[in-house]
Amino acid sequence: MADLNAKIPSGPLTGKWTQYKNHQNLVNPANKRKLDVIIVGTGLAGASAAASLGEMGFNVKIFCYQDSPRRAHSIAAQGGINAAKNYPNDGDNIYRLFYDTIKGGDYRSRESNVYRLAEVSNNIIDQCVAQGVPFAREYGGSLENRSFGGAQVSRTFFARGQTGQQLLLGAYSALSRQLKMGTVKLFNRHEMLELVIVDGKARGIIARDLVTGKLERHFGHAVVIATGGYGNVFYLSTNAMGSNVSACWQVFKKGAWFANPCFTQIHPTCIPVHGDYQSKLTLMSESLRNDGRIWVPKNKEDAEKHRKGLIKAKDIREEDRDYYLERRYPAYGNLVPRDVASRAAKERCDAGYGVGSTGLAVFLDFEESIKRLGRHVIEERYGNLFQMYEKIVDENPYENPMMIYPAVHYTMGGIWVDYELMTTIPGLYALGEANYSDHGANRLGASALMQGLADGYFVLPYTIQNYLSGEIRIPRMSTDKNEFVEAENTVRERINKLMSVKGTKSVDHFHKELGKIMWEFVGMGRNEAGLKKAIELIRALRTEFWKDVRITGGIEELNPELEKASRVADFLEMGELLALDALNRNESCGGHFREEYQTNEGECLRNDQDFMYVAAWEFLKEGEFKLNKEPLKYEEIEVKQRIYK
Amino acid sequence: MKLTLKIWKQQDAHSKGKFVTYSLDSISPNCSFLEMLDILNEQLIRKNEEPVAFDHDCREGICGTCSLYINGRPHGPDDAITTCQLHMRKFKDGDTIIIEPWRAKPFPVVKDLIVDRAAFDKIIQEGGYISVNTGGAAEANQILVSKVNAELSMDAAACIGCGACVAACKNASAMLFVSAKVSHFALLPQGKIEAKDRVKKMVAMMDQLGFGNCTNTYACEAECPKLISRSNIARMNREFICAKVS
Ligand SMILES: Cc1cc2nc3c(=O)[nH]c(=O)nc-3n(C[C@H](O)[C@H](O)[C@H](O)COP(=O)(O)OP(=O)(O)OC[C@H]3O[C@@H](n4cnc5c(N)ncnc54)[C@H](O)[C@@H]3O)c2cc1C
Ligand code: FES
Repeated sequence: MADLNAKIPSGPLTGKWTQYKNHQNLVNPANKRKLDVIIVGTGLAGASAAASLGEMGFNVKIFCYQDSPRRAHSIAAQGGINAAKNYPNDGDNIYRLFYDTIKGGDYRSRESNVYRLAEVSNNIIDQCVAQGVPFAREYGGSLENRSFGGAQVSRTFFARGQTGQQLLLGAYSALSRQLKMGTVKLFNRHEMLELVIVDGKARGIIARDLVTGKLERHFGHAVVIATGGYGNVFYLSTNAMGSNVSACWQVFKKGAWFANPCFTQIHPTCIPVHGDYQSKLTLMSESLRNDGRIWVPKNKEDAEKHRKGLIKAKDIREEDRDYYLERRYPAYGNLVPRDVASRAAKERCDAGYGVGSTGLAVFLDFEESIKRLGRHVIEERYGNLFQMYEKIVDENPYENPMMIYPAVHYTMGGIWVDYELMTTIPGLYALGEANYSDHGANRLGASALMQGLADGYFVLPYTIQNYLSGEIRIPRMSTDKNEFVEAENTVRERINKLMSVKGTKSVDHFHKELGKIMWEFVGMGRNEAGLKKAIELIRALRTEFWKDVRITGGIEELNPELEKASRVADFLEMGELLALDALNRNESCGGHFREEYQTNEGECLRNDQDFMYVAAWEFLKEGEFKLNKEPLKYEEIEVKQRIYK
Repeated sequence: MKLTLKIWKQQDAHSKGKFVTYSLDSISPNCSFLEMLDILNEQLIRKNEEPVAFDHDCREGICGTCSLYINGRPHGPDDAITTCQLHMRKFKDGDTIIIEPWRAKPFPVVKDLIVDRAAFDKIIQEGGYISVNTGGAAEANQILVSKVNAELSMDAAACIGCGACVAACKNASAMLFVSAKVSHFALLPQGKIEAKDRVKKMVAMMDQLGFGNCTNTYACEAECPKLISRSNIARMNREFICAKVS
C-alpha cells in the first residue's frame, strides 16, 4: 500500500541533489529506446519534460486538449520567472531564493524540494537563453531584472508582459524539434480520461480523441501528469476555459494522493467582475505593483460617490487617499505577497471603502510613476497590459487609475509527490502546477514558471531514470490486456451515463452554481460553519447534476458540451475535498484564511503545533476521503511568523 | 442589444456547411463577443438544439485559439485584438453579424467554426527552433544581445499563431507567420549556424502544405491581432535569398 515516504536524500540540505544524482540509477542509450513514457500536458512542465526525455532517447507520447501544444495555459503567464542569478548585485543567492520561497509559502512546503528548485533556477535561464527566448535586456546587452512580490531583491526575468508565452514557445520549439526527429509523438485534441494500472504500476492511459470522440488506449512504462491547476473549480478564475482537474482527479481515484487541496491562491490584481454572463477573469500582472500604487478613498463618502459614478478617481485629493498597503506594510509596501495584498483589498471593500459600480474594486494608480519616469517607460514596461485593460474595461489606464479586485489564480495544492516527483502510485509522476510540492500555502510571483521548467528540464529527466532503470526488462505491453479493456469500459460507461441523464439544465449552469458556492464559502475568507454548509451544498448540487444535466450532441463526434460535462463532474467531486481540507486545517496560513484564526491586526494565525504537515488525502469512495499526514521538518530554516511590515 | 447572427454550421470535415440564422436579444454592450456566443449556446441548449462549436481557451488574447471571421474580417471589426478580446460595444443595436471559420485550404474545417491549424505546427517542426539539448547551456550573460535587437526580436516572437494572417490573405499565404518566426531568430546571435537551413526548410514546408504566395497586399499585417509587421516578410526574403545563393 502507498505510504508517505518522501524519499528525501540524506546529508546536508545544500548537498542533497548532488548526492541524489551521484547515486541514482541510469538507463543506457540502447535501453532508452525500448522505454515508452506518456506525458499528459504540453504546458511548461509537460513540454520541457517531453523535449528533454526525447533528446535523451526515450520514446515519448505527449497529449493536450488544445489544437496545438503551444496553446497550453502556460502561454498566458505575464510577469516573469525567478532565478538566483544575482545579476543586479543586490545580494541574491540560491539560499535567499530558497528562503523567500519557504517563507512566502508560510512554512508549509518541503525544504529539500524547494532548495533543489532554487539550485536549478539559474540553469533554466541559461537554457532558455540558449533556445532564443527574447528576454528583456539592458542597454549593455545583458539580461534585465525586475522585482516581484515577497522579495527584496530583483530576481525576475521577463519578456515584456508575455514571459509565459516566450518560455512556452521555447519549450514548444524544443518539443517540435523532437517531434520532427520522431522521438516524441503528439496527440493534440486528446483528453486523458483514465489511468491504467497493471500489477500496481502506472502503465498507460485512456484518452478520448476530441475530434472523432473515439476512445484510445495508450501504453507507457511510466506516466507523467502535467495538466496544470484546478482553479476553475471556482468557475471564474484567471485560468483558461479548458483548464481542469480531471486527469489529477482520475489518478487520485486510482490511488494517487491529493495534497493540500485547500491551498489556493487569490491574485490581488485582476479586472473586477462586471456581469452575470462573465466567463473568465483577466489578470493584470503582479509586475504592475512595481510601478503602480494601490489605494482606496480615505472617506466613505468619496467611495460612495465613486460607486454612484458621481466622481472620478482624479477628483479625490491626494490627502484623501489611503495607500493602505504602504500604510500597513511599510517594508514591502505595494509588493507584499499576493495573499496579504488580496486580503487587504477585501478588508477595505468589506469595510465600505471599495470603488467602482459594484464596490468590489480598489485603485491601481500609475500617475506618480508616469510623472517620475515618463509615459513611454510605462508603455514599454506594461504596454500590452494597459491595452488589454482598455479593451475590456473601455477606460484609458494612462489617464484614470485601473480598478482591480482579487480573483482565483493558482493552486498550490495538487497531487502529492515525493522528492523524485513520483506520486503514491509507482511509475506515475506529477509535474508543474498539477503537483503539490514547492509553494506551500502561498506561491510567490514568478515562481510557477520556474517550478514548471525546473520539474520538466532538470528534475524529472534524472529521477524518472531511477525508476525506469528497473523496468528495462518489461516489454511494451499490448493494449488488449484486460486492464486496458477494463479502463476503457469504465470511461465508456461514465460517458454513457452522462449522456443518458438528458436533463434540463446546461453544464455551464452547474459550473456557475458550483463557482458561487466555492467563492462564497471557500474563497478568501473561510470559517467552520461556511465550510460545512459548502460541503452540503456541493453534495446537493452534484446529485442534481447527475439528475438534471443536459448534454446536447453525440458521443462519437466533436462535442464541447460533453467535454465540459466530464470536467464539471470532476470539479463537483473535487470541490468537496477542497472544502473538507479547509475545514480540517484549523489555522490560517498563506492563501488559506480561516476567519477564526487571525491576529488582532487581521493577519494569519498559524498553528505550527498541530498543522505543520502536508495533508495528503486518499480516495476511499465518492465523498469519502482519508487524511494522511506528511510532517514537515525544518532543519535549515528557523520557522517564524511571516512579517512583511 | 438585439442582434441577428448568421453563423456557419458544418457537422464535420466531410459534410457540406451552410449559414444558419439566429436572433438574440438583450445583449449587454460590455459582454465579450465569445460571451455573446455563450449566451446563444445556452439558449440553444435550453431548446434542445445543438450549440455552435467554436475554438477558444485563454479568453485573454494570448493562446491564439479563438479564430472567428466576423463580418468579413478575421477577429472582427476592432484593430489589434483577438476575437476573445472583442466586446459587443463595437456593434450597434439591430446589427446583423456574419460569423465564419477561417477559410483557407491548409486549414480545413473540423466542425462549425473550428478549423485544423496543424499546418502551422508542421512548419515550426521544420526548423522553428534552435538545436540545443537540455543541459550544458552556457551562462546566460555570456550571450549579449543589444536592447534594440532584443526588442525587435520580441516584436516578431509575439506572434500567437492564430492564423488570422492566412485567413485575411486572398492567397492564403502564411508569409507573416513564417517570417515572424524566422525574424525572431534572425535578430538574435543564438542559432546563427543553422539560420540558412531554417529558412529554406520552413519556406519549403509552407509551400508544400499549400499556403499561397505573397503578392504584397498586406491584409495580413492589417488584421494581425499582435501587430506583427510586414517588415518581417522583407527580412525573411533577404534571409531566404542569402540562403539560396550561398
Ligand atoms: C493569467 C496567468 C498569469 C500567470 N503569470 C505567471 C507569472 O508571471 N509567473 C509565474 O511564475 N507564473 C504565472 N502563472 C502561473 C503559471 O502560468 C502556471 O502555474 C504554469 O504555467 C502551469 O504550467 P503547467 O505546465 O503546470 O500547466 P499548463 O500550462 O496549465 O498546461 C496544462 C496542459 O495539460 C493539458 N491538459 C489538461 N488536462 C488534460 C487532460 N485531461 N488530458 C490531456 N491534456 C490535458 C493541457 O492541454 C495543457 O497542455 C500565471 C498564471 C495565469 C493563469
Ligand atoms: S481564446 Fe486565447 S487568444 Fe482568444
